[in-house]
Amino acid sequence: MGVAAIKEYSFESADRLENFHGNQLLYIGWDQHLLFCAPFCLPFPPSMRFGDIIDKVLPGVFGYHPDFAKVDWSKVEWLKSSQPWQPDFNKTLAELGLKHKDVLRFRTPGLTGIKGSAS
Amino acid sequence: MDMKVGKKKLGLKEKYQHMTRGLGWETTYQSMDDVFPFVKYEGIKIHDWDKWEDPFRLTMDAYWKYQAEKERKLYAIIDAYAQNNGHLNVTDARYINAIKLFLNGISPLEYMAHRGFAMTGRQFPGVGARVACLMQSLDEIRHAQTQIHSLSNYNKYYNGFHEYRHMLERVWYLSVPRSFFDDAVTAGPFEFMVAIGFSFEYVLTNLLFVPFVSGAAYNGDMGTMTFGFSAQSDEARHMTLGLEVIKFVLEQDPDNLPIVQQWIDKWTWRGYRVLTLVGMMMDYMLPKRIMSWKEAWEVYFEENGGALFKDLARYGIRPPKWLDQIEKDKDHISHQAWATFYNYAAACNFHTWIPTDDELDWLSQKYPNSFDKYYRPRLEHWREEAKKGNRFYNKTLPMLCQTCQIPMIFTEPGDPTQICYREVDYKDNKYHFCSDGCKEIFEHEPEKYIQAWLPVHQIYQGNCFEEGVDPTAEGFDPLSAVLDYYHLAQGRDNLDFEGSEDQKNFEMWRGMATKNA
Repeated sequence: MGVAAIKEYSFESADRLENFHGNQLLYIGWDQHLLFCAPFCLPFPPSMRFGDIIDKVLPGVFGYHPDFAKVDWSKVEWLKSSQPWQPDFNKTLAELGLKHKDVLRFRTPGLTGIKGSAS
Repeated sequence: MDMKVGKKKLGLKEKYQHMTRGLGWETTYQSMDDVFPFVKYEGIKIHDWDKWEDPFRLTMDAYWKYQAEKERKLYAIIDAYAQNNGHLNVTDARYINAIKLFLNGISPLEYMAHRGFAMTGRQFPGVGARVACLMQSLDEIRHAQTQIHSLSNYNKYYNGFHEYRHMLERVWYLSVPRSFFDDAVTAGPFEFMVAIGFSFEYVLTNLLFVPFVSGAAYNGDMGTMTFGFSAQSDEARHMTLGLEVIKFVLEQDPDNLPIVQQWIDKWTWRGYRVLTLVGMMMDYMLPKRIMSWKEAWEVYFEENGGALFKDLARYGIRPPKWLDQIEKDKDHISHQAWATFYNYAAACNFHTWIPTDDELDWLSQKYPNSFDKYYRPRLEHWREEAKKGNRFYNKTLPMLCQTCQIPMIFTEPGDPTQICYREVDYKDNKYHFCSDGCKEIFEHEPEKYIQAWLPVHQIYQGNCFEEGVDPTAEGFDPLSAVLDYYHLAQGRDNLDFEGSEDQKNFEMWRGMATKNA
């Protein structure tokens, strides 16, 4: 249903892809690790290799958590839009079919946060 | 010759009648539809504006007289408070951060309410409704002004009060209250009245005012407390107006019911989301607690609100949607909010801290189902790290909800270990939400919310740096550039309370007031 309005009411999205100077947004959340209060929003070029995000970006983002050093990336379970998803670390975001404002979650079985509190 | 004795002075009721409804007329040079262009497009049908029951019979002269008297008393107390360095009598300097939150997040909304009621009053063809909106519009600008006056005293001594107007349009968390009110004032006049007049002023207002005013009283803040009491009599009038609007609209035409119900659902949810800030203030920011957020919700919403919706059932109104989720959330949201401001304390205009042991115990006792299990370990871990000089400052920007604009901090109803993710595809773009409520509000009017000014996305678009700043320059520091844009001074307005200028100054000044050199 549209907006009740006195005349035609149609706008472009404030966050459309072309407003991000060649980057697209990717949201990444680490399940059961709410020490980080919310998932993160990160801008990347579509040519970014997924493995580079894991190796070069995520340590700066999640490294404060004592569990982060224990993450075994070969066993991590990924979700895209909350559905199971399998990344190839050597492919780029474009090759993986990741679009602007896609949301990824990762799960690290066995790592349950500070004292098992999902923090 | 006998003089003809005229009729005695007009009675109050007659005078009111002449001075309000007697001043209106049906226009003939221009059609009523052209004069009141916004009154039909929302789909609300009004057949007889004369059926409007004026909830308070005030004429302007009585209004001025009454308000002037109140204001005189208020300013006398504020002056005395300022002259006696009343700020040094608050429980401790952490309390002042609750006042920062109020001035930055709430006072500008009073001003927006003033604008909103003025616009709405202009759009109603019914004189009774118009006069009521006029009075409330004046109340709201008075509240904005008296709040600014009573709180400006703190600006002389403490950080973070200096540019609330500038910050409202820029600082990330202030987009939450701002977008709430912008959503309301950009709606039609009837939706505005249901949004602010009813859902906010009637259903939720106690949850805003009681905590801040009692919080001020409990924590020795006479100035803010006096403002609160002074505003109280106005608030009572606002509540009456909010209820009258609902009854009037529902009695006018049965077709109005589904529209009004949808607005009540939407605005109770929107208001509830904004009140997360109040919940956090009650549970974490008042050194002397009044009651927990959960207790306040139970008294002011579940009991009082429950009775109200029972009353409204005869019009076909049911309680707002998503109450089952809210019921589950009341053990969690204040803790989740404080964790958020603790995370992003580097980009904030007030300080955060880890509660003392006593305070942690108070939280355990007030939240037996949630605090020890989910939140205490997190806070204690942060405290340990801070002791080692490793205080957590989250430097990566969070994902926001497209509707309420709060970071996606809320968990699945019934599972406090799992962030709640919802999304919608609309016209080739994805939109994300913190809850079913925010998702459904978006789906009802997507064209409105796709325009949202989300602070995180705006930063990444390069719109949150001062003019002339080059984000591609070598050594560009985005956080520092954003703080400049916010007009926040690094190390003074932001970061932890521990070690802050506020903390040091308060200790020193209080020491001077109570000790010898």
